[in-house]
Amino acid sequence: MKKVIKIENLSKEYRLGEVGSGTISRDINAWWAKIKGKDNPNLRIDQLQEIKKLSEYHKALSDVSFEVNEGEVVGIIGRNGAGKSTLLKILSRVTTPTSGLFKVRGRIASLLEVGTGFNPDLTGRDNIFLNGAILGMKRSEIKNKFDEIVDFSGVEKFIDTPVKRYSSGMYVRLAFAVAAHLDPEILIVDEVLAVGDVDFQNKCLGKMSEVSKSGRTILFVSHNMQAVTQLCTRGIFFENGSVSYDGGVQEAIKQYLTKSVSSKDAEIDFTNVIGRSGNGSIKVSKIQLFNKDQLTSQFLIGDDLKIKLFLNSKEATRDIKIALHFYRYDESKIANVENADADFIFDAFTGEKCFEITFPKINFYPDTYKVGITIGTFDWANCYDKIIPCFEFVVLEGSLLVKRKLSLNGGFIYLVPEWKAV
Amino acid sequence: MLQMHKSVEEEWTLVVKPKTSWFDINLKDLWQYRDLIFLFVKRDFVSVYKQTILGPLWYIIQPILTAITYSIIFGKIANIPTGELPKLVFYLSGVTLWNYFSECLNKTSNTFISNASVFGKVYFPRLTVPLSVIFSSFITFCIQFSLFIVILLFYYNKSDSIHPNSYIFLFPLLILIIAGIGFGIGIIISSITTKYRDLRFLVSFGVQLLMFATPVIYPLSLLEGKKKLIVLLNPLTSVIETFRYAFTGSGELHWYYLLYSFVFMIVVICVGIIMFSRVEKSFMDTV
Repeated sequence: MKKVIKIENLSKEYRLGEVGSGTISRDINAWWAKIKGKDNPNLRIDQLQEIKKLSEYHKALSDVSFEVNEGEVVGIIGRNGAGKSTLLKILSRVTTPTSGLFKVRGRIASLLEVGTGFNPDLTGRDNIFLNGAILGMKRSEIKNKFDEIVDFSGVEKFIDTPVKRYSSGMYVRLAFAVAAHLDPEILIVDEVLAVGDVDFQNKCLGKMSEVSKSGRTILFVSHNMQAVTQLCTRGIFFENGSVSYDGGVQEAIKQYLTKSVSSKDAEIDFTNVIGRSGNGSIKVSKIQLFNKDQLTSQFLIGDDLKIKLFLNSKEATRDIKIALHFYRYDESKIANVENADADFIFDAFTGEKCFEITFPKINFYPDTYKVGITIGTFDWANCYDKIIPCFEFVVLEGSLLVKRKLSLNGGFIYLVPEWKAV
Repeated sequence: MLQMHKSVEEEWTLVVKPKTSWFDINLKDLWQYRDLIFLFVKRDFVSVYKQTILGPLWYIIQPILTAITYSIIFGKIANIPTGELPKLVFYLSGVTLWNYFSECLNKTSNTFISNASVFGKVYFPRLTVPLSVIFSSFITFCIQFSLFIVILLFYYNKSDSIHPNSYIFLFPLLILIIAGIGFGIGIIISSITTKYRDLRFLVSFGVQLLMFATPVIYPLSLLEGKKKLIVLLNPLTSVIETFRYAFTGSGELHWYYLLYSFVFMIVVICVGIIMFSRVEKSFMDTV
């Protein structure tokens, strides 16, 4: 197998905070001091010590090494901030690594965005040429593929109209058409599929698998696990700027889904948490999540979600209401649960008390969910404690009760009603 | 056989390392992307006057209105002598060349800032952008220059104060110097503005002020002694004077100062390219 990409100990550091002081005179001052071997005169003493500890730098990528063979389709997955985009930026030469190097054989083209450099005043025809050249095609190449590109985009009628009069769908289709007809040996794709309707997304996926079948190499970054499984043969799972798993795509996704929430999330101590509101006469002190008596924050559809809520009360208050708020990951509200709904009333208490809340057979689609807690008086006139979001739990794919692929585009509650022919 | 296999293994088309040397400049890439420069030029030229009624006519209206305004304000009201030359020819000769310089400088000086969104997504040699500006401004210049020639010929037939001479053959060199200095200073400024935005404000009015230190609205012969020396130290002075002398026969030709301008251009371009390629590798992290 021929290797087409070789990455050796690639690292990228970002400086946190301001880069430079922003004015020329102070920078010259600092630079002069550096030459003379003194400390930067513009820094406060405490800042100075921080820099010496090197805590001002954030390692977005640390020591990444891997190789890619010709014709492989590699899915790169990981949570936000794991270093995927930084890696793509370095590979597409938008920015340079801090240390380490990478080698490439053949032409490399990156699609971090479709339609880069489109000029709204130019016609579709002009923009095809311009965008193609920006992506690295020669004019003669574009000329040869021009008809194909126009065909794929489906905007023949408007090809001589300025693109500012295009609908956003036409715009994206034309942009992707140009990108899809780049003929690089290596293609780097970042979530471009997030744009457009489902039909168009499928068309894009189809084009990409066509490209991969013709023996070219693709690096594909996505949060869409379905697309990754469909397309990729190999998966690389990134965690905190380094490669955490490299191998089969199914295993990589499994690692991603299980590791993306660490088990410590299943027990959270709230005694010293800031960012809460309320007068504090009753406080949440601890939360534990259980699945079949096991401390975990991961569930499958059909599992029982048990929450152990530890409260600490300074004085005996009779007037208490507890509410749990469920959110999807994008912070849209799903449900609001209150103890009074279940006719659950409890006596006044002081000190610590534990409550057990069980949700039998949860049926949320696989995703991460956030839960917030409010404790207050019955009429919500007074709030004792409010933590939003308070904790997270994950519903994993792979439940035996589910017989098909659940995509979040399709909804978020899995219902199995009784069916009967009458 | 094994040997051959090994040599294939080592054959990488691209090796990217962290930036280490100041002189790590990749001009070969630029040549491969020459089509892109052409398309940028086309874009700049076509899109500027889209949705205007007069379209490219503006290229002609601008300098002629400027020259007429100058003739009235500086010529009639301030009474600055223009020698034997008709005022319109005098001012137009200065304005045409000056416009080219200021357009090169102004447009290249915000290369990084105004293209940040594109630069952040795709790699192509960043020098293509300022280079394309030089070329598209050159087209504008050509149009304005032909206007100048037409007016020149008109007055040439009318009066005998205009004496074009063989120094006209210096014309390509003069254009090269003007474009080179504009380009060089422009990319230096664009490299610095990624860190210090204040410079951007300085540029637009700095160029305006610089015009008064250049014999655009007055003849060099008007100045004497120290003042003249200061104005001659401006590398644009001898270029504009030579241009005017070659086409109209009035003005001064200083070979030494012309050489000085040429050397100045070379230095500025070299410094500019070094700074520019230093910044282009890392500016995405600071902008």
